[in-house]
Amino acid sequence: MSILSYLIPISLFLGGFGLVAFLWALKERQYDDPKGDAERILSGKYDDRPKR
Amino acid sequence: MTAAPLASVASSAEAAEDHLQASACPACLAAPSAEELAKSGDIKGARIMLSLPTAHCAVCITDVEREMEAYPGVRSARVNLTLKRVSIDAEANVAADALVEALGKIGYEAYELDPGMLSATETDKRGRDLLMRIGVAGFAMMNIMLLSIAVWSGAEAATRDMFHWISAAIALPTVVFVGQPFFSSAWGGLKHGRVNMDVPISLALILASSISIFETMHHGHHAYFDAAVMLSFFLLVGRYLDYRTRAVARSAAEELAALEVPRANLLRDGVEMIVAVADLKPGDLIRVRPGGRIPADGEVTEGTSETDRSLLTGETLPVYVGPGTMLSAGEVNLTGPLTLRVTAAGKDSSLHRMADLVAMAESAKTRYTTLAERAARFYSPMVHALSFSAFGYWMYATGGDVRFAVNISAAVLIITCPCALGLAVPAVITAASGKLFRKGLLIKDGTALERLAEVDTVVFDKTGTLTMGTPVLEESDTIDEETLSVAAALAVASSHPLAKAILAAAEAREIRPVTLDDLREVPGFGIEGRLGRLSLRLGRADWVGAEPCAATATHLRLGEAPPVTFRFSDHLRTGAAEAVALLTAQGKRVLMVSGDVETAVSALAGKLGITEWYSGALPAEKAALIADLMGQGKRVLMVGDGLNDTAALAAAHVSISPASALDAARTASDIVLLGADLAPVGDALRIAGQARRRIKENFAISAGYNVVAVPLALVGLATPLAAALAMSTSSITVSLNSMRLK
Repeated sequence: MSILSYLIPISLFLGGFGLVAFLWALKERQYDDPKGDAERILSGKYDDRPKR
Repeated sequence: MTAAPLASVASSAEAAEDHLQASACPACLAAPSAEELAKSGDIKGARIMLSLPTAHCAVCITDVEREMEAYPGVRSARVNLTLKRVSIDAEANVAADALVEALGKIGYEAYELDPGMLSATETDKRGRDLLMRIGVAGFAMMNIMLLSIAVWSGAEAATRDMFHWISAAIALPTVVFVGQPFFSSAWGGLKHGRVNMDVPISLALILASSISIFETMHHGHHAYFDAAVMLSFFLLVGRYLDYRTRAVARSAAEELAALEVPRANLLRDGVEMIVAVADLKPGDLIRVRPGGRIPADGEVTEGTSETDRSLLTGETLPVYVGPGTMLSAGEVNLTGPLTLRVTAAGKDSSLHRMADLVAMAESAKTRYTTLAERAARFYSPMVHALSFSAFGYWMYATGGDVRFAVNISAAVLIITCPCALGLAVPAVITAASGKLFRKGLLIKDGTALERLAEVDTVVFDKTGTLTMGTPVLEESDTIDEETLSVAAALAVASSHPLAKAILAAAEAREIRPVTLDDLREVPGFGIEGRLGRLSLRLGRADWVGAEPCAATATHLRLGEAPPVTFRFSDHLRTGAAEAVALLTAQGKRVLMVSGDVETAVSALAGKLGITEWYSGALPAEKAALIADLMGQGKRVLMVGDGLNDTAALAAAHVSISPASALDAARTASDIVLLGADLAPVGDALRIAGQARRRIKENFAISAGYNVVAVPLALVGLATPLAAALAMSTSSITVSLNSMRLK
């Protein structure tokens, strides 16, 4: 049963990591233009972050 | 398009003014330079928004952005393909019309948008807030479910307690945070003495969390942390879908409104200046160019012309105007420049009086109760009664075991989760309005779809709705070639719609216009010219010396020969016949009502197969007809575009107007037809009916789950596992059912 003391924190950490990543993406306005982002990967222009 | 450059110059000036007002410091007021703008970090003054209706791919994005960023003074440009807009951050002195022109050169249609009108959708705070809560709820749900499965599969004693405590540590903050939209809405309802759908939801969340904490503290077997979090997750998804549908509709509606920047050319001491229509005062002199819309009521002081009143009255025949003629706001000046003395502007103008008619019709309309609201009205008291009577019975049956009785009533509340109401209705509405949007119909009002499903009578306006409002030359094949080529040669000199129709007819038969001398347009009368020694006139009957006739017509005189009459009929809108046929096939009663003369209306009615029609109807009569039909218990769909239709649009059960309609008509209607084709109107009714059926099916499905699960909960057999199963399967089935929309 002692394995639980590793597994539970690990699962919580991984889930929390996903949540933080999601909140960060949301805050950086990465969901503002899903259709445009889908097309932008085809463009050769280097584009490291959405402009305001 | 002619108004666009003027509008954008003025708006960038306004933007600069905004900045002045924003900075209170007097030094800045004296010298507002671009550097200061940049230094203060305030880019508001130089934000330009352009609409890009034709952008659709990666190439469009790079083309537009490269072109804009290469333009001197532009700091950055970003295309949003979802909204089909480009947002440009530029120096304050960059004019939007220059950017529009630059884009036009590389082949992109662009229109300036009024950023003030778009503010609500640009900062989509509510949508992001809901998404964030969904993310948190989803994270919590997955982790708690992991622990719950361990409990369900047989974790015992200390292990179970530990799992419950960890679940509690995750669930409690989550419920407090993600439940806020429900709590605040429930509290708002209760304060006004209303029990809305959020009351049982909030109660279920609070009760489930507190009973689980209590059970955990007392080493109980059952905890509902997973149920509480899952409930909030599914309901938040429903709430977000609902919000998205509204936001998309609102943003597109705002875009339509932001396209029209109302301005007028004011003459002051002989100098022309551009002012906002709202600033006009009675007594002001204004100039209206050919093709321009009259901005305020007024009397003509100078110039002769003809005006098109079709948007106001539905008449297709242009009306002669000269000095002394009274004009109403909304008419379109056709041939010559006019100078007007404003007699009434703003609140007193006829345009505004029309808006008052709309307001009256709207206040008379009772608020529509949606299916979901009706279901909620029935659902909330029932759930509370069930849960409370379960509590009462088990208190009596167990001789006062509060813990057991509260457990049962919490289980009842959780199992009767209103997922069908909270998730299935928004899912159906989202699917249906997305489908209609692809067909070119924009739903402006959330309840419009349901109202559309109930329609049994459809009333069409004629001019501009069933017809394009542009005349076409009748029997052009029977006119001899020489006459037509002379008429076309005269018509070249004018931009009058009838002249354009003659030219189009000549082009269609590949007839070249002859060359004429002394060609000139006499505004308000027609065009004259000379062919050799023959003097020619094309225009109004009395000016040419012809017999006036009832239909839309123009007359041509060649020297002393008897005048030739050209008759015109209005061009049918594409898809009008299909739409009418489709509606008749669905068993709807189709009517046509128009302000135009009887001959024109009856001819069109015959062509389309409409048996019931009314001609010469005044705006108030149109509204009265609709009110009369509604009084007979009919559910009326009004389709119209003119100012004379606005009152009728507002009075109808549900209304549609084409995007080419006047602003006032679009505002009064629930649905806007984006394309020129009228055929989607027939489809819209079918889709709306289908959506309504899906919503009802979803209610039936979730009622079915409850019929099985609630008795189990009432007798105390419902475990947290059963609750979780019932909740998730019912949510998933209703979502899948919503997607069956064809």
